[in-house]
Amino acid sequence: MNKFQKTQQVIASMLALLALQNFIFNVFNYPVLFCITLLALLGVIRILYDYFNNGIFDFLFSILGMTILILHVYDSPPNGFWPLLISIWLYGWLAIEKITHQKNVSPFFRKIFLITVPIFFGIWILFAWEVVTIGLNIPMVILPSPSLIFIQFVASLETLWADFIQTFVKAALTGYLIGCGSAFLVAILIDKSLFLRRGLLPIGNFISAIPIVGIAPIMIMWFGFDWHSKAAVVVIMTFFPMLVNTVTGLSVNNSIDRDLLKTYASSYTQSLIKMRLPAAAPFIFNALKINSTLALIGAIIAEFFGSPTVGLGFRISVEVGRLNLDMVWAEIVVAAIVGSASYGVISFIEKKVTFWHPSNRKTLEK
Amino acid sequence: MISVKDLDLIFETNDGPVQALSNVSLEIEKGDFVSFIGPSGCGKTTLLRTIAALEKPTSGNLLVNGLSPEDARKNRAYGYVFQAAGLYPWRNIYRNVSLPLEIMGYKKNEITRIVEKVLKLVDLTGFEKKFPWQLSGGMQQRASIARALSFNANILLMDEPFGALDEIVRDHLNEQLLKLWETTNKTICFVTHSISEAVYLSTKIVVMSPRPGRITDIIENTLPSNRPLEIRDSKEFLSVSQRVREGLRSGHSYE
Amino acid sequence: MINYFKNSFLPILSIVIIIFAIWYIFTVYLNSSIQIDTYERQKIDWEFSDLVKDTMSQKKPLLPAPHQIISEMYKTIFMIKITSKKSLIFHSYITLSSTLLGFAFGTILGIILAICIVENKAMDASLMPWIIASQTIPILAIAPMIIIILNAFGLSGLLPKALISTYLSFFPIAVGMVKGLRSPEISYLDLMYTYNSSRLNVFWKLRLPSSVPYLFASMKVAIAISLVGAIVGELPTGAVAGLGARLLTGSYFGLTIQIWSALVMAAILAGTLIFILNFISRITLKSMGSQE
Repeated sequence: MNKFQKTQQVIASMLALLALQNFIFNVFNYPVLFCITLLALLGVIRILYDYFNNGIFDFLFSILGMTILILHVYDSPPNGFWPLLISIWLYGWLAIEKITHQKNVSPFFRKIFLITVPIFFGIWILFAWEVVTIGLNIPMVILPSPSLIFIQFVASLETLWADFIQTFVKAALTGYLIGCGSAFLVAILIDKSLFLRRGLLPIGNFISAIPIVGIAPIMIMWFGFDWHSKAAVVVIMTFFPMLVNTVTGLSVNNSIDRDLLKTYASSYTQSLIKMRLPAAAPFIFNALKINSTLALIGAIIAEFFGSPTVGLGFRISVEVGRLNLDMVWAEIVVAAIVGSASYGVISFIEKKVTFWHPSNRKTLEK
Repeated sequence: MISVKDLDLIFETNDGPVQALSNVSLEIEKGDFVSFIGPSGCGKTTLLRTIAALEKPTSGNLLVNGLSPEDARKNRAYGYVFQAAGLYPWRNIYRNVSLPLEIMGYKKNEITRIVEKVLKLVDLTGFEKKFPWQLSGGMQQRASIARALSFNANILLMDEPFGALDEIVRDHLNEQLLKLWETTNKTICFVTHSISEAVYLSTKIVVMSPRPGRITDIIENTLPSNRPLEIRDSKEFLSVSQRVREGLRSGHSYE
Repeated sequence: MINYFKNSFLPILSIVIIIFAIWYIFTVYLNSSIQIDTYERQKIDWEFSDLVKDTMSQKKPLLPAPHQIISEMYKTIFMIKITSKKSLIFHSYITLSSTLLGFAFGTILGIILAICIVENKAMDASLMPWIIASQTIPILAIAPMIIIILNAFGLSGLLPKALISTYLSFFPIAVGMVKGLRSPEISYLDLMYTYNSSRLNVFWKLRLPSSVPYLFASMKVAIAISLVGAIVGELPTGAVAGLGARLLTGSYFGLTIQIWSALVMAAILAGTLIFILNFISRITLKSMGSQE
């Protein structure tokens, strides 16, 4: 344990003591009193006797404190709210520090740590968000608490589902498939011509960098208010990254691989299918991953410019105007789930297809 | 089998033309094991690549199996083993060896039979399901030799195939290669840096020298065809090695 | 020079010409039905050449011809005082300033976060997975909310938009920098270890220099997305000023030429910003011995 951690620990238990003091002089609520006393005492004992210095105990302290706070915050914020909150935070952080710095851990436990630590951290943030918004009575217009968002989410499942279908399935997915598919085909078609590649690659790179979402109002004029115009925006947005990546991927192959196929007198199509496409797969998947996020962004932003009365982007802009921030957050939760899920699916397929790539090998070697 | 006559090859580089091969003439008979040896830049790899139609000669005549190199390539007359194994990381060993067979349109059951046979020849039976990056360097190179053997071309062109391997593995592979050459009766062209490798393996040693790349000496190897590894300590082996060394030195003398 | 002309300039130029040709054809094709309608209503005899001419000079065409956009841009850039609300320079300036401010914040924030993550195991274990996950979320969707919330705090104008750009640009920078700071090979690190050098020294003399190429690569991504953020950030404020506002008013009133010129302006801005970054990165990397 280094000095820094020691200081952290001292402050954490001091704050717990402070919270306890606050508590005693104001209210007498026995079980809570008992818990906080325990927390503070254990903290002091640990410092004095170098006992229980395992991260697990910090973890338990933190959890204990969290439970106390969450149980009482809904009636009214308990006395000693802030010291306790900070104390819990410090304990939580100590736990993470100690656990991640632990040596001689079996790979199995290391793996478990790697998963639990970020989850714990995420839960902690959610907890702090909840406790602070409730405890400070922050108005919903500024930041609704996670519980309110959850309630709103469950209550409006039907609307959310309809928005999901409109924005993701109809607009984003259709546009994504058409955009990536056509770009792939075009890349194969121009592959034979060095001239076209040299001309299209810089232009594709340039277009990938400009704010294409701006084309949304034009697409709405061309294709109407419904999802078709949004899909068109997505097509244009996803086309160029896919084109550039596929063309780049097809042009990287080392000389030995090329010469080898030449000694077999293999045809253009054969070397395309047997060597160049597999070698390009990591690049293509990279584009597919970038595009999965782009597609959703494109579909949502395009709805800001006008849409029928359904869709993620439409709902967000309307509910923001009505100051129904809990509904906005519920929509954002949907967008987050959909975004990370589609990214996850593509990454999963990528791992299966390009298992041979050095960045994916580790999992297979064992 | 392979006949080279007055071959010239000039590379156009940014620093002006470079004479990679100058006035090279050579006859290789069926069943020969020919080694090309010389310092770097002497054109031994270039010569091999020209035979394989991977480079185009500037002038001169070159016939492989009585055909132009380009036609020989289209007839799939030779197997080529590169300095690096060059196995595709996304194909397992079986599918790497079957790659040329797939390209040349062999039938499926035939492929299975052939792959099994050549993997046995290079002692890799049981590794079919492994991926190249799961094998050692020596095993990868053996797999690449199996790949070159699979489609039964009667010429084998090898460009420093064991250059990147350590000496113990290299000795072992040399021994196996000799056995393979005896059983299959192929014509082998073998580029190497190592004098003892050249003397141990070949029937004919072509000594080359740089600037311009040319042949300075062709040495017929007098060693018996049966060559255990110990032969490298024999007097005869040392005297052939001596001749090669002298050839290499004379190539350098007027620099 | 000749090689450059043959290998890049000529192919790019020909593709651009082809794009313009297709554009003109589409201009005539897309605008023709409305034009023919007009002819018939006004009972005018027309020939194909009239059609070609008139489809390229409509007031609110479905697709304006490139020269219409260029002349509109010329008018709104050079013929109008810069301070006027009709000046495209004025609107670009507004968007550009919030882009740059947000980008600067985002870069600094991203670098600091990356350093914390690389130097502190606990930060790495707890934060890094979330940063990566957050990249898959369409963060831009919350732009309107941020604007409204900040408005509730009395913040409006440049800062809220810049904050959206900050938010968007800091992710790629943080991820790229973490990669860059971790890029030194083990042998380089071992060398530092044999010198018994302090962590600070390892950072300044090894990690930071080797992260520079990564930093520039992610800065290019970040500046492009900053611009998108600034434009989208202008949408919910009721379209007062900026390129996003030009897009929005244009779409309200069907002023397609205005939309296109705002779009082209945005493209020019993006191109210029990336060009400048490219230039700086090339000079910096060259002075650091890059062989490119």
